[in-house]
Amino acid sequence: MAQHKINYLSEAGLPVALTTVDKLVQWGRSNSLWPMTYGLACCAIEMMATGASRYDFDRFGTIFRASPRQSDVLIIAGTLTKKHAPFMRRLYDQMTEPKWVISMGSCANTGGMFNTYATVQGADRIIPVDIYLPGCAPRPETLQYALMLLQKKIRKESASRKLKPKRLV
Amino acid sequence: MGFAQTKGDNKMRKYTDKKNVQKKPYYTNRFWVAPQIPKEDISSDEVFANDIEKLKEKFEIKEAYIQRGQLVIYINASDNVEVLTYLRDELAYNFLNELSAIDWLDKKAEFEIFYQMLSTSKKKRARIKFFIKEKEPIRTVTAVYKSADWAERELYDMFGVIITGHHYMKRILMPEDWFGHPLRKSYPLQGDEEASWYEIDKIFGKEYRDIIGPENRDSSRVDEDDTYNFSRIHHEVGFGEKPSSEVVHTDYQEEGGVFLIKSLKKSDSKILKERP
Amino acid sequence: MDYIAASSNNYGFAHAVETLIGLEVPRRAQTIRMMLLELNRITSHLFWLAAHALDVGAMTIFLYAFREREYAMDLIEDYCGARLTHSSIRIGGVPLDLPENWITKLSKFLDKLPENIADYEGLIDQNRIWKMRLEDVGVITPEMAQSWGCSGPMLRGSGIAWDIRKEEPYELYDEVEFDVPISDTFDSYGRYKLHMEEMRQSIRIIRQVIPKYYKSEPEIMAHAPQYISAPKEQIMTQNYSLMQHFVLVTQGMRPPVGEVYVATESPKGELGFYINSQGGAYPYRLKLRAPSFWHTSILQELLPGHYLADVVTIIGNSNIVFGEIDR
Repeated sequence: MAQHKINYLSEAGLPVALTTVDKLVQWGRSNSLWPMTYGLACCAIEMMATGASRYDFDRFGTIFRASPRQSDVLIIAGTLTKKHAPFMRRLYDQMTEPKWVISMGSCANTGGMFNTYATVQGADRIIPVDIYLPGCAPRPETLQYALMLLQKKIRKESASRKLKPKRLV
Repeated sequence: MGFAQTKGDNKMRKYTDKKNVQKKPYYTNRFWVAPQIPKEDISSDEVFANDIEKLKEKFEIKEAYIQRGQLVIYINASDNVEVLTYLRDELAYNFLNELSAIDWLDKKAEFEIFYQMLSTSKKKRARIKFFIKEKEPIRTVTAVYKSADWAERELYDMFGVIITGHHYMKRILMPEDWFGHPLRKSYPLQGDEEASWYEIDKIFGKEYRDIIGPENRDSSRVDEDDTYNFSRIHHEVGFGEKPSSEVVHTDYQEEGGVFLIKSLKKSDSKILKERP
Repeated sequence: MDYIAASSNNYGFAHAVETLIGLEVPRRAQTIRMMLLELNRITSHLFWLAAHALDVGAMTIFLYAFREREYAMDLIEDYCGARLTHSSIRIGGVPLDLPENWITKLSKFLDKLPENIADYEGLIDQNRIWKMRLEDVGVITPEMAQSWGCSGPMLRGSGIAWDIRKEEPYELYDEVEFDVPISDTFDSYGRYKLHMEEMRQSIRIIRQVIPKYYKSEPEIMAHAPQYISAPKEQIMTQNYSLMQHFVLVTQGMRPPVGEVYVATESPKGELGFYINSQGGAYPYRLKLRAPSFWHTSILQELLPGHYLADVVTIIGNSNIVFGEIDR
């Protein structure tokens, strides 16, 4: 009987990796986050720039989808007006679990400079937000960093257990 | 020598209440008279003088002058459609660029409506203006210039000016069930009670107002009970757990001690009551 | 407002206030402003091309146009400090002179851009799908354009040669040579060609402005102590400048009583600012005439009779920014 001279158990020689289901699933989820193309104002331009040639969002596995049914992340890019708020909530409800929300820019975070009758004073009044992005408008790098943070957050979460319901602020 | 007051001289300056001073953000000069932008006579511009002459034959012109190179005409509110038709057909003002209102309700109980016109052939701009009372309707000019369509809807939406004859007179910018007309000077900037809860009422229903709570714009606010988003120093609990009032003292020293450094033991130290 | 070409909005308001108070802007500031405005026009048109092409289905153009747009954004960022919401045009001038080597970088960009524009045209000019989706779609006759209050490329796309830069020149537009392209087909394809030509004209304008910049005096802010603070250096060293600056900051400037309507040619069309001043630090009434608002209202007459797929073309082609509609 031939005896193998190679020690498969050291130096990553073994073609088997051991992990937990949690880690595997969340690794998959975090590396294929599909955001919804949901531009509301100026930040949407920066979101497009992030997706376009120089910043190239695709290398994070994020491909913009035009339907809430196919997307995992909702990037609220811009000012959320009160007239539009019900639609935003509806789109959020249409997204399938698990779903995450990035609030991009000052207007989506707190209403920004529009402390007026027509603007929702923070998108977190109607949907739970995972990551807040400061800036007016945030640079594409900021959005990329936010996505990386979100990936980190997802990798820490448990895949099988039921998620704690996110709460509104 | 001296400024000693004589006995009978107890005259004081007139007292003015200064409580109001705090409400004003800055000092204002009571005697400031703002300069006016000069209103030039119509005769200074040939084209405009010609236009006005023709207009005067047909309509009543209350006032007309040139300001910063543009003709300003005040007409009767009832003439608006006819004047605009005449301007378009006879005087070659082929564009209606802008129309809106100015709110003078507080001072004169009136709206000032203006139509901003442009003639590409003459390269001239004119502004037609008139005053209306608050609930006085004006006639639509959509038949003359189609561009007035949305502008008149905006005018109604923002000021509540009633326009008759328009084919689709509904709010354009605000939602249809909105209360009030936001660009009036009497409308508060942050909106009324209804406006501030608009999206909550619409999405969750009125009973949800208590759960959401009033608007909170204080960025330095820390919610003591919220252990999802805030951690409390000396009362440390895990993420999402119930907050406790138990004080946790943490020693920021390694347990085994660090090489060459002795950690302080409070029990071994001697406390002096007096300075030796 | 129009966040794709933010400086043009910025300029529109500054220009309106300058007209209201009757302020002369120094020549160097004017040249810098013109460069920024035309650079903004280029970024806006590039963005228009990218988004429009993406809507119609040409993904490649989107990626190419955004590549060039990023270079222009770098230039703007170099001067203004912000990519999108730049606020570098002030009432009375501009706050800073151009940074070192900016002109060199700008010239490099301008040298490269015509090649890129030729590339785009090579990709889609004779492209069968592009032509099928744009030709004879969204025809706006001159009568329709006049009645609906169209302006800018939408008006010139209907064969009416009206460009405010040419007809009512502001800044130094009367000193530079440029052509006003018009389209005689009145359709979406004509407007596409027009946008491409306008980019070339913008390059031509900036090229002519650069020598004017070098010839001008290094003064960048108008001297009007009643309305505008002194330069920072003077505020720091001279007592009266500091006092005047303090008064202007706390009380605001006091413009004369009166009203103006000032129109400028923004990349989308005629951007007008109506200001009614009652002599206070804030205008009594400020009305913005944003071109997209008027270009959107035309859709109700333009769309009936078209296929559903053409709606995407028409909306994309009319260069609408929704920030200009609800303002």
